[in-house]
Amino acid sequence: MKWALAGGVVALVALPAVLSSYALTLFILIFFYGFLGQAWNIVGGYAGQLSAGHAAFVGVGGYTATMLSIELGLTPWVGMLVGGALAALLGAIIGYLGFRFGLRGFYFVLLTVAFAEICRVAVSNIDALGGPLGLYITFTGNPRQFQFQDGRVYYYIALALMLLATLIAWAIERRRFGVYLAAIREDEAAAEALGVNAFKYKMLAMVVSSFLTGVGGTFYAFYLFSLQPNTLFGIPLSVEIIIRPIVGGAGTLFGPILGSFILTPLAEISRRYLGQGGLYGAHLIAYGVLLIGVVLFLPEGAYPRLRRALARRAGATR
Amino acid sequence: MSLLTARGLAKRFGGLHAVAGLDLTVARGEMLGLIGPNGAGKTTVFNLLSGFLTPDAGDIVLDGRSIVGLAPHAICRLGLARTFQIVRPFPRMTVLENVRVGALARSPRAGEALARARDVVARVGLGTRERVPAGALTLADRKRLELARALATGPALLLLDEVMAGLNPTEIETIIQLVRAIHESGVSILLIEHNMRAVMALSQRIVVLSFGERIAEGAPADIANHPKVIEAYLGEEYVRAAPA
Ligand SMILES: Nc1ncnc2c1ncn2[C@@H]1O[C@H](COP(=O)(O)OP(=O)(O)OP(=O)(O)O)[C@@H](O)[C@H]1O
Ligand SMILES: [Mg+2]
Repeated sequence: MKWALAGGVVALVALPAVLSSYALTLFILIFFYGFLGQAWNIVGGYAGQLSAGHAAFVGVGGYTATMLSIELGLTPWVGMLVGGALAALLGAIIGYLGFRFGLRGFYFVLLTVAFAEICRVAVSNIDALGGPLGLYITFTGNPRQFQFQDGRVYYYIALALMLLATLIAWAIERRRFGVYLAAIREDEAAAEALGVNAFKYKMLAMVVSSFLTGVGGTFYAFYLFSLQPNTLFGIPLSVEIIIRPIVGGAGTLFGPILGSFILTPLAEISRRYLGQGGLYGAHLIAYGVLLIGVVLFLPEGAYPRLRRALARRAGATR
Repeated sequence: MSLLTARGLAKRFGGLHAVAGLDLTVARGEMLGLIGPNGAGKTTVFNLLSGFLTPDAGDIVLDGRSIVGLAPHAICRLGLARTFQIVRPFPRMTVLENVRVGALARSPRAGEALARARDVVARVGLGTRERVPAGALTLADRKRLELARALATGPALLLLDEVMAGLNPTEIETIIQLVRAIHESGVSILLIEHNMRAVMALSQRIVVLSFGERIAEGAPADIANHPKVIEAYLGEEYVRAAPA
């Protein structure tokens, strides 16, 4: 397992040497959505608190870094962390309201969606933030401005983000924090009876998750050079964030990554081929079908199944 | 000084006085039985003591410190652990992982907690089932798991809510031995139990609850012959047991 992992990472590091620019873009998206999925996984998967408004954190992070860069000339490398911090603050507010007042299941989902929508509408109506048209970033190709002539740099940054989030998830999984999150997900009252401060750990999970997602917002903005409220705060982005870990296996370490490797190419291919025939949004139908398939046949996601299959093969060859 | 003292404890659900001005003390090192007919308010007392419900009135002092208003996790860390009458295992975790959650309350390091959990699992006789998912256990084993998890939190006082209900006589015998061993290791125990033989055999003292009030208290032998108890509790049992 360790060796397969190391081999995989080495392969991904070496890969850009042989990739076409289209394939490079595809991998950047796989890593980036894998990263966002992993960030969501901490609160949505491990802690089992279904946030369906994670786009709000991408938006807050992206807008913060962009505004700081445009208005104050602050480098997005720092703005990224400020954006993450503000996203974490928003995450803490949402978490406080949801967890303090015991909103569970659908109610928590609604709360998170409502917050993302409030942010979207608010930003659309603030002229200083570009209103509904959003903000545009002039391309300078200056690395200090988080801009690169060479697309491979974005590739490595996205890969690093995904690996970093996975490392964090791994560290959480192994520690008391992760054990407690799993207990909360399984049965919160039983966890409380065993000394688990459910509120505190859910809050922590939310803050870590929203911070990372907020950091992702900077990448999103400076990779695309533009940010609009409807895309950065919109429900479709929240769906993109959630669906990968769910398909791959929520609450598992590699689920979000596997989910992104399955879904991102699928989305890109259907967008490319079906979109040209005027079938915009066809990838959403593909998502829907896939999601129904996962719910029916792989309720824990693809990764647990894959792991069992690999373990069986390893057992057979031994 | 007593380990736990509750004074004037009261809890209402709408018009129902589930617990009505109860005084209760558990001495250090004691095994106290809490009995009473169905719906007498026993589980509600546990919920009040462990912080899952806030009393409408009254005070609860654990080890010299009032714990009213504290959250369940805080009360657990102060040394009061409970089991649930309807067991609540973490179904997708293994037996060992379940117990580790409790052990982490005393040993924050994951490795230490695992070792501690393994000890406790062995102690309750689930050693061979360590890696079985809790959801796949028999009722008897789930009851042991419930006990093991609470025990792993290192309590000074353990509240056991009908850990023998639904078990066959052999299983009950092993749980009696187990509870006795836990008590002998220095843990004070407050025991809710419908199985009269078990509660008589284990308890040093018994409190009888009916409609949320204490109607009798004393040594097991006295309780068995107490007229009020026969009327409220055993009486009901006899009536039910009699052929229609
Ligand atoms: N959360 C609640 N809301 C409303 N009523 C409740 C609640 N919990 C308990 N009750 C009621 O309070 C009374 C006491 O219940 P409790 O569960 O404490 O009884 P018990 O002595 O544990 O009974 P049993 O021996 O059947 O377990 C019952 O009439 C019960 O229906
Ligand atoms: Mg009860």
